Amino acid sequence: MIHSLFLVNASGDIFLEKHWKSVVSRSVCDYFFEAQERATEPENVPPVIPTPHHYLISVLRHRIYFVAVIQSEVPPLFVIEFLHRVVDTFQDYFGVCTEAAIKDNVVVVYELLEEMLDNGFPLATESNILKELIKPPTILRTMVNTITGSTNVGEQLPTGQLSVVPWRRTGVKYTNNEAYFDVVEEIDAIIDKSGSTITAEIQGVIDACVKLTGMPDLTLSFMNPRLLDDVSFHPCVRFKRWEAERILSFIPPDGNFRLLSYHVSSQNLVAIPVYVKHNITFREGSSQGRFDLTLGPKQTMGKAVESVLVSSQLPRGVLNANLNPSQGTYTFDPVTKLLSWDVGKINPQKLPSLKGTMSLQAGASKPDENPTINIQFKIQQMAISGLKVNRLDMYGEKYKPFKGIKYMTKAGKSVLQRMHIVNCK
Amino acid sequence: MSASSAFNDEKGGSSSVGEPEYGHDPASGGIFSSDYKRHDDLKEMLDSNKDSLKLEAMKRIVAMIARGKNASDLFPAVVKNVACKNIEVKKLVYVYLVRYAEEQQDLALLSISTFQRGLKDPNQLIRASALRVLSSIRVTIIVPIMMLAIKEAASDMSPYVRKTAAHAIPKLYSLDPEQKDQLIEVIEKLLADKTTLVAGSVVMAFEEVCPERIDLIHKNYRKLCNLLIDVEEWGQVVIINMLTRYARTQFLNPNINKTFYGSDEDEDEDEEEKEKKAEVAAMAKRKPYVMDPDHRLLLRNTKPLLQSRNAAVVMAVAQLYFHLAPKAEVALLILFEMISTLYTCGMFEPYLKSFYIRSTDPTQIKVLKLEVLTNLANETNISTILREFQTYIKSMDKDFVAATIQAIGRCATNIGEVRDTCLNGLVQLLSNRDELVVAESVVVIKKLLQMQPEKHSDIIKHMAKLTDNIQVPMARASILWLIGEYCEHVPKIAPDVLRKMAKSFTNEEDIVKLQIINLAAKLYLTNSKQTKLLTQYVLNLAKYDQNYDIRDRARFIRQLIVPTEKSGALSKYAKKLFLALKPAPVLESPFKDRDHFQLGSLSHLLNAKAGGYQELPDWPEAAPDPSVRNVEVKESVRAVGTVTYRDTGALWGPQKMEGSEESDSSCFFCIEPAPSPQVTPVNTFLSNSLVTDLEGLSLSDSVLSPATIAPSSVLKNYELLHRITGEGLSVEYCFSRQPFSPDANMVAVQMQFTNSATSDTKNLHMEDVKLQSGMRVKEFPEIGEREPEDIQCTAMAVMGIDFCDSTQAANFQLCTHTRKFFVSIQPPVGELMRPIFLTENEFKKEQGQLMGMNEITEKLTLDAKCRNEHAIVQRVTTAANLSRVPCGSDKECRFAGRTVTSSSLVLVTVATKEEGAAQLTVNCEKMVIGTMLVKDILLALTQ
Repeated sequence: MIHSLFLVNASGDIFLEKHWKSVVSRSVCDYFFEAQERATEPENVPPVIPTPHHYLISVLRHRIYFVAVIQSEVPPLFVIEFLHRVVDTFQDYFGVCTEAAIKDNVVVVYELLEEMLDNGFPLATESNILKELIKPPTILRTMVNTITGSTNVGEQLPTGQLSVVPWRRTGVKYTNNEAYFDVVEEIDAIIDKSGSTITAEIQGVIDACVKLTGMPDLTLSFMNPRLLDDVSFHPCVRFKRWEAERILSFIPPDGNFRLLSYHVSSQNLVAIPVYVKHNITFREGSSQGRFDLTLGPKQTMGKAVESVLVSSQLPRGVLNANLNPSQGTYTFDPVTKLLSWDVGKINPQKLPSLKGTMSLQAGASKPDENPTINIQFKIQQMAISGLKVNRLDMYGEKYKPFKGIKYMTKAGKSVLQRMHIVNCK
Repeated sequence: MSASSAFNDEKGGSSSVGEPEYGHDPASGGIFSSDYKRHDDLKEMLDSNKDSLKLEAMKRIVAMIARGKNASDLFPAVVKNVACKNIEVKKLVYVYLVRYAEEQQDLALLSISTFQRGLKDPNQLIRASALRVLSSIRVTIIVPIMMLAIKEAASDMSPYVRKTAAHAIPKLYSLDPEQKDQLIEVIEKLLADKTTLVAGSVVMAFEEVCPERIDLIHKNYRKLCNLLIDVEEWGQVVIINMLTRYARTQFLNPNINKTFYGSDEDEDEDEEEKEKKAEVAAMAKRKPYVMDPDHRLLLRNTKPLLQSRNAAVVMAVAQLYFHLAPKAEVALLILFEMISTLYTCGMFEPYLKSFYIRSTDPTQIKVLKLEVLTNLANETNISTILREFQTYIKSMDKDFVAATIQAIGRCATNIGEVRDTCLNGLVQLLSNRDELVVAESVVVIKKLLQMQPEKHSDIIKHMAKLTDNIQVPMARASILWLIGEYCEHVPKIAPDVLRKMAKSFTNEEDIVKLQIINLAAKLYLTNSKQTKLLTQYVLNLAKYDQNYDIRDRARFIRQLIVPTEKSGALSKYAKKLFLALKPAPVLESPFKDRDHFQLGSLSHLLNAKAGGYQELPDWPEAAPDPSVRNVEVKESVRAVGTVTYRDTGALWGPQKMEGSEESDSSCFFCIEPAPSPQVTPVNTFLSNSLVTDLEGLSLSDSVLSPATIAPSSVLKNYELLHRITGEGLSVEYCFSRQPFSPDANMVAVQMQFTNSATSDTKNLHMEDVKLQSGMRVKEFPEIGEREPEDIQCTAMAVMGIDFCDSTQAANFQLCTHTRKFFVSIQPPVGELMRPIFLTENEFKKEQGQLMGMNEITEKLTLDAKCRNEHAIVQRVTTAANLSRVPCGSDKECRFAGRTVTSSSLVLVTVATKEEGAAQLTVNCEKMVIGTMLVKDILLALTQ
């Protein structure tokens, strides 16, 4: 299936290659570089590139392209999902997935790739299993290894691989038994120029960090499970119980994992917690334009809106912007025309605003594209959909674990407000 | 060869001075600085006897490989370390071998014996990794060894090793496609495997090696459906895709005879719909369609997988439903992923807004979303969609704007009501400042106007005015064509446009020139009074144009429209030729015509057949016999009884055991709560059956005659305790022919306990062993807890017995928590030996020393079914644990072994003659063993 893997950095160098079948010359990546050149943005490189003898399937994560070489028919999503799993594993092992981290740990990376694929078909991708086969590098272990000459490679087949619970290793022991759950919701929305929501959806996940001894069997129940539509589970969750009782029942993997991701799209449920008022005008006959932007909180149940960042791609004709923020800092890049305003925390008593003038190229026509504003924000201690965890119970083990739950709401990739530029005569 | 490649590489490196990594790489330090002997320090490190140095060297080498540097000249130094004790060094050497073995085949052969040793290691991880590497080094010469190793591993005790064997199958197949038939046998065997670990991998092998052998699936179909939910996600994708194809060949099309199916409890159709369906069914009563229960099973079992976290699985299920399910059911599913293709409108309408475009999306996604929106548009939602499109037109991404304009055009053609609105909107765009936008609009307007020209003469007039401003050639050409085509609607303007165009003719682009000629010709035919001179002028200009197309066209048109004495009959028809009614164009999606590929496949994405794509067959006219999927009762009960974790989740925790009601007759060994979850490592002294046959294999011989390899023999089961006497507990044993690792002088006896009673059986253990002097027994550990994977009501255990090379029985008591049973194990003489490898010469030499009293010869007549070499080998190796010795003559088969305890040689020769006559010779130091062996083999060969 997957023939080879090339890792390409932002400057177009192949810094790692791995082959699972016969060696494929790295010149095959030339087709990829061609496509990369054609693409205006890094994300615009087509995910599947056909070449005379191979197909290249790539994903871009952490500014690294993971380019898989395929020779015959295979579901493309299969490959893409696998590449993402590879990146997740690297991140899990090294904390970050950067070029430097991969180069520093090239041997572990190679050992991992060797375990994850055999003959191009996934072999072991579950992080719990991999960690038993190949120990993640830590400073202590590296030191011990250099002194004693012992290794990162496990000698026994992880028991989980063979059991019905392939995601959990056996013989787990902790002195402090803890289970933490983070409910994180991301809003994606499009707001039209008058401020009314066109579409909004919530993409939520429950990430867990479970450190429990033995083989605990957990059940997690919600106050309002009907809220969730389109859920997808970690393989450990039992479908039948969810369908019958709307309860999450599972034997958790050890450590960090994503228990559940869900989707809430019904429009009336989703309220965007921030609003933006804008006023951009250009006057006929002058090369100046007025710019006025005000932010305010909306329906946040008393929680503070933090880490607010507003960015907008201004029309091409704009030469420079001379603005005055009431709080935070702003930057304007005259080359890419990207305006970004780091607002910080919104104080409902004193709404942040950004006012000033924009200068246009002399003689240039007034811009007629409408830019959009992208808003980023974070709200702690609140799940915007209103989802609430009712209780967490543990069976199968005798001790009392420490349980914790945290909620957070943030803007997804795109909370977009469409702007309207007024051209006055 | 290695030296020269290093030389070239070095030269290449030094000639390209600009390559910065070469000298300044921190990881490789001084490696590259010294000229030709740059790897000397690495070689030294590899030769040292310190593991840490070796490891360091291997790490550097792997780093080189990762960066794509050539490290092939280190091959001899690396390959020496293949037997290194340190596991990490070993693994890295494996990595190196897999990378370079293909280039250095001869040297790679040095490592083979290490893998062969690894294949019989008691640790399953090592067995598996040995098999992985052995099958990954692409050296054709070892194909027979690989074949054998795969066959053996396919019947290994450890499911992990079996999984590896499944992975190795396509590797061997790609190396040597001639092995296909044998590999299919292995696949067939592995398909019957009941562990979820193996299922995904073996189906993958099936797809790569023999996707056309759909008949292999029949017996396993239901099992695969039932296991599906517990298979790892990658396996799920492969299995689902395969089952889609399978279902297409085996079941009837549910959409042909109007859907009526045993309605499922999970579908909440409203009453009305149900009634309607009943009516339809009543009408089609003559031949009501009833869905095959197996078809239903597949659909039901895949549905929960829609909630997998893995998008590939969701997509696979979605395509399965798309291709297999009744259309009504597809509508029930939320298939967000199938963006580009679904023309079956309606099902997505509630999700319309999910496809609204964000300015942050990459262009390709924008275009795809636009496509979906266009396909979803209908009378009710078109106004919303158009409003949305309006915002898109103001976007900064010009490609996207162009795509939006085309989409508007398509909406307008599909939905008559909004055509005027769209047209007006597009006309407004004509005054846009961006030329690309204008050009695209003109092209779309042209297509739209063609549908109803008479209503829109004012738009045509408007466009005529635009010729002064628009510079994009395609747009100009479109406008000219429009005016020419509908010159009757704009009789006053058309000649004027021609006048202007004639003036600028020489400066126009070629496509515009062609359209000017076209316009002139049409005007000449309709309005020759006003335009005769202009046309002449244009044609004259064209006559001397640089482009031959234009010259040709001018000449052609002149002959056609200007009547001269020479012009023939054609000019009479000129008007018909030029002013014929043209059919309106159909605005089509660029994503059409893809539906012949399986959804979600690479071919579908590229709209071109990718290598290895399996066509999705059409539904059969009549369903093939469904009984082929029936499995013998015992088996099917097991399949049902295979309690899947996710279905019931009842293996742990307080829930009730749901699976047990389906398999109530079978009782489980009581699983006592284990004090610690650590599973007893049974594997440490269970090892595989590969060993025996591989033991004698040396490379050179196997290359000469692959047939010397002893075929894997079938293990014979003996009964230790009958079900009746054991009150429900039955015990069978076999001699597994694997070395018993705790003690090499013992024969391994593998026992299988089956509990068919209604009560539990606990604490199975051995007691009170009575033996002849000299004999020893290693008892099996008490069976109280078992590996949770093994859900069937059987358990395995292995014990070792040293029989002292005699066939005396070992007597002991088998105890459960309530009862004791006296049992005894008596070995057939053939099991008291283990195979060894001898060459032909060695064999002859040894035979020479064991003459006289030590030789027993018998004449016999071979059984009718046993006259070929293969059958003889099969029977002899079944009767006795011996290995075949290569032999020059095809009339003779030779076998060799040693007794387990005293290591005395046992040599067997079967010489065949005419008419099934044969002579059997056994040479053995121990005469008793020799005589008994002769009897056993005689029996085996004659019956």
